[in-house]
Amino acid sequence: MLLLIHNCEGVSVTTEKKTIYMDNSATTPVRKEVVEEMLPYMTENFGNPSSIYEIGKISKHAIDKARKKVADALGSEENEIYFTSGGTESDNWAIKGIAFANRSKGKHIITSSIEHHAVLHTCAWLEGQGFEVTYLPVDKYGIVSPEEVKKAIRDDTILISIMLANNEIGTIQPVEEIGKIAKESRIYFHTDAVQAIGHVPIDVNKMNIDLLSLSGHKFEGPKGCGALYIQKGTKIDTFLHGGAQERKRRAGTENVPAIVGLGKAIELATAEIEESNKTLLELRGRLVKGLLKIPKAHLNGHPTKRLANNVNITFEYIEGESLLLLLNAKGIFASTGSACNSFSLEPSHVLTACGVPHEIVHGSLRLSLGRMNSEQDVDRVLEAVPEIVQKLRNMSPLTPKEYRTS
Amino acid sequence: MDYSLKVMDHFSNPRNMGSIENSDGVGEVGNAKCGDIMKIYLKVENNRIADVKFQTFGCGAAIASSSMATEMIKGKTLEEAWKLSNKAVAEALDGLPPIKMHCSMLAEEAIHEAINDYLKKRGLETWDE
Repeated sequence: MLLLIHNCEGVSVTTEKKTIYMDNSATTPVRKEVVEEMLPYMTENFGNPSSIYEIGKISKHAIDKARKKVADALGSEENEIYFTSGGTESDNWAIKGIAFANRSKGKHIITSSIEHHAVLHTCAWLEGQGFEVTYLPVDKYGIVSPEEVKKAIRDDTILISIMLANNEIGTIQPVEEIGKIAKESRIYFHTDAVQAIGHVPIDVNKMNIDLLSLSGHKFEGPKGCGALYIQKGTKIDTFLHGGAQERKRRAGTENVPAIVGLGKAIELATAEIEESNKTLLELRGRLVKGLLKIPKAHLNGHPTKRLANNVNITFEYIEGESLLLLLNAKGIFASTGSACNSFSLEPSHVLTACGVPHEIVHGSLRLSLGRMNSEQDVDRVLEAVPEIVQKLRNMSPLTPKEYRTS
Repeated sequence: MDYSLKVMDHFSNPRNMGSIENSDGVGEVGNAKCGDIMKIYLKVENNRIADVKFQTFGCGAAIASSSMATEMIKGKTLEEAWKLSNKAVAEALDGLPPIKMHCSMLAEEAIHEAINDYLKKRGLETWDE
């Protein structure tokens, strides 16, 4: 695919070669099979699932079918799956819903310092509402220690929320162990599994998970649709009030086409985990090996306990936004944890929590692989990155002489 | 970031990039913690900036501002160079996204530092804002 790169003046230039998308942790394209399943629910099958006539029933059945697919992917019951507008809503609902429904029992929540902002900012808001939150540290690989979780538990702890896999560095957490600790202490356990679906096999019962957030567009489903798994019997408040949709727990006319798409996408992604991870691991290995040949480059996150599609590397002496712009000019799309690339002007809280020094935290590059990426793509990235890193190092006042070429 | 064509041009093909050996004045501002460092080297002859080079660690806007600012002060008297405002640099770049305006500020400050370093080395009184 050749692509026109636009700038704010509407001027566009064509990239010389096929563009390479390596930002699959940001979002993914919707799979063709998924689009095909969705289409009829935008046109002929447009009925409101709450209506009793025929086309209403067709929509309702489609949602039921999708719900079954999500339940199968998680090893849960169908009536434990609630569709939402995405990962952010699922995280908000899980955390606020548990907090307020259980505040007579306690006001303490345990989470980690590397959670997604949908969790961290929700917790920060709850602190303003009188709740108390412990933000657990992580080791240099970004792993939360189950021991630390245990130690943080108080008599008034009502919720533990630890993500399954991190969005920036891909680190996979010991969720099963943490879930066991939560269960033994009779504390609700929520996990943000937004990045994990399609990469890590999940069984909510085996992993002792009470609540799990997921988002369709991270596994080749549509944007604007996610789900929250809520184990039967969990005491949780309703988040969106209104109609009787989603067993009266999440009001609002269902986004039928998106729900159908999410169902199909999770079915495909889950069925293909093993095969897809095998391919991704090979590509990841090649990418990491090649990039670490660049001097003063460091892999962020754990070498093996990480998502098969995640590569996150810091290059000393350079800044990430510059790196992304030069990659973009070559038709390569990636991400960074640099402050300069964020609207908050704050560097990545994840890399900072892992102890990456402030001086080099800005030089991180995240490449997240997807099904569309090939070995040729990896090789082109391996050709482009060293050249760009060198160009920026030659420009930087921080670069020592031995790492300059001009 | 939605950058103007001018920003992208100066970022991709920076002018006056490098350092000057035996420069007459050097100014360095910003810090690595914030993700921006700008270093400006001056060669001064007869009170004029005969040559200027920069080294920058930072985002696209920081690099483009360095490139544009050095272009704008080359050949100017020290007084003229002192007066270069960050607004003028941003305007010459056809604007910067609001969140990136501080990058053009760095260029103004680095030039001031470099001029004062030159004055100090000559035993002259430094200038204030």
